[in-house]
Amino acid sequence: MISALTIENLSKSYGNGFQALKGISLEVKQGDFFALLGPNGAGKSTTIGIICSLVSKSGGRVAVHGVDIDEDFPAAKKFIGIVPQEFNFNQFEKVRDIVVNQAGYYGLPAQQAAERADKYLKELGLWDKREVASRMLSGGMKRRLMIARALVHEPKLLILDEPTAGVDIEMRRSMWDFLRKINAEGTTIILTTHYLEEAEALCRNIAIINHGQIVEHSSVRDLLRRLHREVFILDCAGMLPESVAVDGFVTRVIDEHSLEVEVEKGQHINDVFAQLDRAGIQVTSMRNRANRLEEMFVNLVEGAA
Amino acid sequence: MTPHEQFVAFMTILRKEIKRYTRIWTQTLLPSAITMSLYFVIFGSLIGSRIGDMGGFTYMQFVVPGLIMMAIVTNSYSNVVSSFFGSKFNHSVEELLVSPTPNYVILMGYVLGGVSRGLLVAIIVTIVSLFFTQLHIHNIFVVVAIVLMTSTLFALAGFINAVYANSFDDISIVPTFVLTPLIYLGGVFYSMNLLPAFWAAVSKLNPLVYVVNAFRYGVLGVSDVSLPFAFGMITLFTVAAFAFSMHLLNSGKRLRQ
Ligand SMILES: Nc1ncnc2c1ncn2[C@@H]1O[C@H](COP(=O)(O)OP(=O)(O)OP(=O)(O)O)[C@@H](O)[C@H]1O
Ligand SMILES: [Mg+2]
Repeated sequence: MISALTIENLSKSYGNGFQALKGISLEVKQGDFFALLGPNGAGKSTTIGIICSLVSKSGGRVAVHGVDIDEDFPAAKKFIGIVPQEFNFNQFEKVRDIVVNQAGYYGLPAQQAAERADKYLKELGLWDKREVASRMLSGGMKRRLMIARALVHEPKLLILDEPTAGVDIEMRRSMWDFLRKINAEGTTIILTTHYLEEAEALCRNIAIINHGQIVEHSSVRDLLRRLHREVFILDCAGMLPESVAVDGFVTRVIDEHSLEVEVEKGQHINDVFAQLDRAGIQVTSMRNRANRLEEMFVNLVEGAA
Repeated sequence: MTPHEQFVAFMTILRKEIKRYTRIWTQTLLPSAITMSLYFVIFGSLIGSRIGDMGGFTYMQFVVPGLIMMAIVTNSYSNVVSSFFGSKFNHSVEELLVSPTPNYVILMGYVLGGVSRGLLVAIIVTIVSLFFTQLHIHNIFVVVAIVLMTSTLFALAGFINAVYANSFDDISIVPTFVLTPLIYLGGVFYSMNLLPAFWAAVSKLNPLVYVVNAFRYGVLGVSDVSLPFAFGMITLFTVAAFAFSMHLLNSGKRLRQ
């Protein structure tokens, strides 16, 4: 099956010479719910800007549903609905006009544009506000207006740049539910976020971006497993055999005195000691091996703070 | 996009533009009606009656076509410059840039928006002028053609200004320091025959000279420059402005990062 989004070796240097993307590659499958996670300034918005033509790339390749943006950008654009990080509608225009006009820019005839606009304004709880100038909306409503606007041409791929920034908890929940619903109906979704919890709650796959580079690209479940796995190094008295089996745990003999054990979340380290004890192996001391992923997260969070 | 989809996108932009300037009509339509009335009263009636004939017509008759043209030029220009710069400023231009609407459709939508305002104001000013003088149209085809071409040319110029502008100051500098002098020196108020040879030659570089004189020919049947030459020059300026606007859009200069 064709991927919803393929990015190969994408790079971007801004006019001032700053290199915001250093050759990133990404693959998002059709129907996926994908998170692009990273701290401030990582390059998330730059990546999204390139996909939807607001930023010109310096190198690399982008294809949306198999359509290369260098070959047929208009065709690629039809597949995409974009919810940007910053509000980018005319604050003096009425809510409904904004959505109807956007439909027009995609070539939807007036009748259909009106029907679609009404449908999404209702679904996003903006029906009562349809005749109001958009500047009168609250921040959360403005964000939902941008979601309605992005969906009006019924794109196959919806891209949201920090959709829940500045949205209260209740509204965030209902926005999550809405996104889950349209994903279940077949729309591929990519969202950027600063929070692993948000990715955890919504997404199946994830890429982590930092300083313009992809540092992780896997399923959320796999990432969480690796994130919460602890690796201990046990120093043992006496010579260790070539391999030591501990039921339920992954182990590695590093040298004749040291044994490495992986402990997943929910497992008990007592089990390890009990089994080693039965095998006649004495543990003299133990230390924690650094978890690369966890360290990275600590750095990302500190870096963002 | 199919041609029909492109037409839908074009109509969407045009309708939005018309809605914009009619909603704020006190800022867009009313000022021209008022300033032009003042021009008619002061230059046409009060001072004009002392000037005597100009080019074989009363001064009032002579100046009315120029003033109508002036309204068309300023309104088509300022509509596009403020609307397009505004959409750049509030980023709503991104709504169009992310859509599959081709660049020439975007340009035509904004330009036709400016043209429509130019026409509307022209009609308003013409109606106002009827309170001061009688208008006989010498050649309706020339009048219509010149009005359309002129408003297109200056709508394009407004677009170029908007693309380059970084602030609201930038969109008033050009009208103040370039457009207004060109209008005043373009023969709205005087016949080119009054100018010394040198300044008459310099004036040949001013597109307003062709616009005003061709229009005056359409209304009064007199012109300081030859009509085909005037049409040729206006076409040349328009094609150049269109090509340059398309270049700006296609290169994404100042619109995309
Ligand atoms: N127009 C620009 N000119 C120069 N540098 C820019 C420009 N836009 C962004 N940058 C820089 O590029 C880097 C990536 O910015 P980007 O907006 O993509 O980050 P982000 O991951 O979206 O961050 P955030 O989470 O804060 O939105 C930042 O260092 C930023 O300062
Ligand atoms: Mg961002």
